[in-house]
Amino acid sequence: MKRLLLALALLATPVLADSDLPPAPLADMQLPDPRQEAEAKALMATIRCLVCQGQSIADSDAELAGDMRAMVRERIAAGEKPEAIRAWLVQRYGSWVSYNPPFNRVTWLLWMAPVGFVLIGVLIARSSFRRRA
Amino acid sequence: MTGAKKWAPLVLFILLGSALTYGLAKPESSTIKSKMIGVSVPSFTLPAAIPERPGLSSADLATGQPHLVNVFGSWCIPCMAEAPQLKQIADAGVPIVGIAVRDKPENLQRFLARYGNPFRAIGADDASQVMMALGSSGVPESFVVDGQGRILHQQIGPINPEDVAGIVAAVKGAR
Repeated sequence: MKRLLLALALLATPVLADSDLPPAPLADMQLPDPRQEAEAKALMATIRCLVCQGQSIADSDAELAGDMRAMVRERIAAGEKPEAIRAWLVQRYGSWVSYNPPFNRVTWLLWMAPVGFVLIGVLIARSSFRRRA
Repeated sequence: MTGAKKWAPLVLFILLGSALTYGLAKPESSTIKSKMIGVSVPSFTLPAAIPERPGLSSADLATGQPHLVNVFGSWCIPCMAEAPQLKQIADAGVPIVGIAVRDKPENLQRFLARYGNPFRAIGADDASQVMMALGSSGVPESFVVDGQGRILHQQIGPINPEDVAGIVAAVKGAR
């Protein structure tokens, strides 16, 4: 039984689809300036990983996410503004890549729906309270 | 409150909940198309990935001749699968240049010796920076670039045998 399990475990070894190179230095190393590091961290938390698409690049363990974190830190260290880096990525991958969707023709419903739901709730509450009173 | 009116909010809630859950579980598509199509290749310079071939820069893509730019890696399994198709495309007279993502020269040399080397130049993109600049999100991907360095077409994933004719036509049709 044990031997069978071991054989199965060997079979289940995932196909290696990662490269041989170590992560870029800045992928997992903080910037020396804490203010810059905080800026970079805040941006990374709102950029979507292109590989693990439900995760931010701050959370994702994908190699590309590491390279994206390194890119963010390098640019912040060079004095670039976080919103400029976000814009650079959006220009390449679309607003999909940002977890901070802009308000525009496509996303207005997303932003306005909560307001609409609160209004509907207020109307329902008002009519039911009035009836009870 | 009676009948339909009483249940309307719950029904609405369930409908909305199912629609949102469906959207989350089954997104439109998980491939990310580059928004750089129709735009010039961003400026870049990559060192040679192997000594046998020169490196690659954006200037090499604006010499008046259209190219196929293949983003690949020796560690990438679908890249092995597309190698015969790349050879066919090169044999049809299309200049192919490569961007090797996160690769080591010795691994790359072994890969090219085994699967063929259709590349005129191979740039080493050790931290995926040029891959990101092109709006590419994985390997393999290929871009048809015209003689002025403008991106005309993106192939996401390996080039399959049925894609060969279209890609050759796209490069030959470009200026």
